Amino acid sequence: MEIFLQQIINGLVQGSVYALVALGYTMVYGILGLINFAHGEVVMMGAMISLSVLTALIGIGLSPFLALPLSLTLAMAGCMALGYGIERIAYRPLRHAPRLAPLITAIGVSIVLQNLAMMIWGRDYHSFPQLFSNHTHQIFGAIISDIQLIIVIAALCIMAGLMLLIHRTRLGRAMRAIAENQHAAQLMGVDVNRVISITFMIGSALAAVAGLMVSANYGLAHYYMGFLLGLKAFTAAVLGGIGNLRGAMLGGLLLGLIESLGAGYIGDITGGFMGSQYQDVFAFLVLIAVLVFRPSGLLGERLAERA
Amino acid sequence: MMNSDTLSPRKQKSSNLAKPRAEMAGKNGALLEVKGLRIAYGGIQAVKGIDLHVAEGELVALIGSNGAGKTSTLKALAGILPPSTGQIQFDGKSLNSVPAHQRVVMGIALVPEGRGVFARLSVSENLLMGAYSRSDDSEIKEDLRRMYELFPRLVERRDQVAGTLSGGEQQMLAMARALMSRPRLLMLDEPSMGLAPLMVKKIFETIKEVAAQGMSILLVEQNARLALQVANRGYVMESGAIALSGESLLGNDAVRRAYLGG
Ligand SMILES: Nc1ncnc2c1ncn2[C@@H]1O[C@H](COP(=O)(O)OP(=O)(O)OP(=O)(O)O)[C@@H](O)[C@H]1O
Ligand SMILES: [Mg+2]
Repeated sequence: MEIFLQQIINGLVQGSVYALVALGYTMVYGILGLINFAHGEVVMMGAMISLSVLTALIGIGLSPFLALPLSLTLAMAGCMALGYGIERIAYRPLRHAPRLAPLITAIGVSIVLQNLAMMIWGRDYHSFPQLFSNHTHQIFGAIISDIQLIIVIAALCIMAGLMLLIHRTRLGRAMRAIAENQHAAQLMGVDVNRVISITFMIGSALAAVAGLMVSANYGLAHYYMGFLLGLKAFTAAVLGGIGNLRGAMLGGLLLGLIESLGAGYIGDITGGFMGSQYQDVFAFLVLIAVLVFRPSGLLGERLAERA
Repeated sequence: MMNSDTLSPRKQKSSNLAKPRAEMAGKNGALLEVKGLRIAYGGIQAVKGIDLHVAEGELVALIGSNGAGKTSTLKALAGILPPSTGQIQFDGKSLNSVPAHQRVVMGIALVPEGRGVFARLSVSENLLMGAYSRSDDSEIKEDLRRMYELFPRLVERRDQVAGTLSGGEQQMLAMARALMSRPRLLMLDEPSMGLAPLMVKKIFETIKEVAAQGMSILLVEQNARLALQVANRGYVMESGAIALSGESLLGNDAVRRAYLGG
């Protein structure tokens, strides 16, 4: 029972991160019908920037309570600039090109960002500095740490805020209008390019937060971490129904849970033949299952017809 | 059903839709002046150098058969289709390098062919999208009220997503949404398309009412008779060129034969 609960807690923590990243994929897909495969690298950049700023600030003796928000702010700003740049340079010129073209560019952008990160930060793992004594709490025998608690709560608050933005504000209305019909949105006076830029920037800011969260949760970051994380978050977005915001959140949390429970019990299931190092398999089993049995995802409708 | 109250003179006074945001300038010149407009899709010329104008407060009809180039013309005027050459002047200013979204601010609104309502947004959200270019919140509220007065059908449906509306209701919504931007020039692309006769009647009554309040309107229609009946003036377009124009096209023999069925 404790093990089950522990896997649920771990799954929710990891799932919160997946959800934040999946939202970035799904927002861009919803508006442009484009899968921004470079998004995982933006998460990595967010992790690397926040980690090195944090380490530097702690190094000069700044209190963690100041250093943490400061490094997060810088990482968010950096990632927003990056997201903006990626759209401007890699996607906008290809807006009317065949679908394969931006996909290939996205892979190119990923490689560039990975190599850039490798040049700046090297190939080593960077460890997350010890900020404060990381208290743990017991819930029915399962353990959750302060950091994990903060991750889940922060992620939930951010998702609630995003929903408010999309469903209750003028900007959010414009985003949904563009997702349905770009020409009609233009006829309403919407500067479509500007809203698309803002969308990339919001998704990238979420990616920065997620980057800091993963590196805090696992205690490390490295230049290659964006690849697998990005692929899994993409799986989460597809699982929920790509283009659907609630779907991305649900898909993220579910994928975290599936992975964590799978890793916890795979030993039992296979009679010890496979161990928890196989946990990454689950994400892709899920991806395959969704694509075969329900390509539109759990909450997905038919893909929006685009004008 | 329809609320005939909205068309009464008393209500009309309180719902003056043609309240331009900008000062009226160049009273004698045309509000919209198009010269030598050409539009091509790839190598195919869809519009072959047309001239047309709409004066302040005028209702001008643009008729013509399938594929004549009417929709292409309106799209170019709204800025969502780049013309290959030609001059478009609005209120004395050249629109050639003005992007679509800024033309809305200047006072140009297009109700597109097929209506283009946002099916997954609610009726009231669609109307608010119409007011996207404005920031005068209290007046937007007031205009919302006016739209619901002009189209009482939309009131009951305000929280429904627009995709659930009937074709006629969607056309009303598309018109109301365009009016929410407080345009100086309202362009309508086949507002009667696919609608039942009763609904067509209602839509055209509304067009007349809006025109009576002083709105400048450019109306594209397949239903030539209806369009010419309500219009002050008309243009007949044939395979990308203006074939005829004038004030009494309804009486013109060529027009009768080609577009009015004898
Ligand atoms: N996207 C497009 N690509 C290529 N050709 C097009 C496109 N849109 C329109 N055309 C062509 O341009 C010409 C003018 O079309 P347009 O839609 O402007 O005519 P229309 O007068 O509005 O016709 P209708 O009464 O059928 O709406 C037609 O020959 C049409 O086939
Ligand atoms: Mg047409």
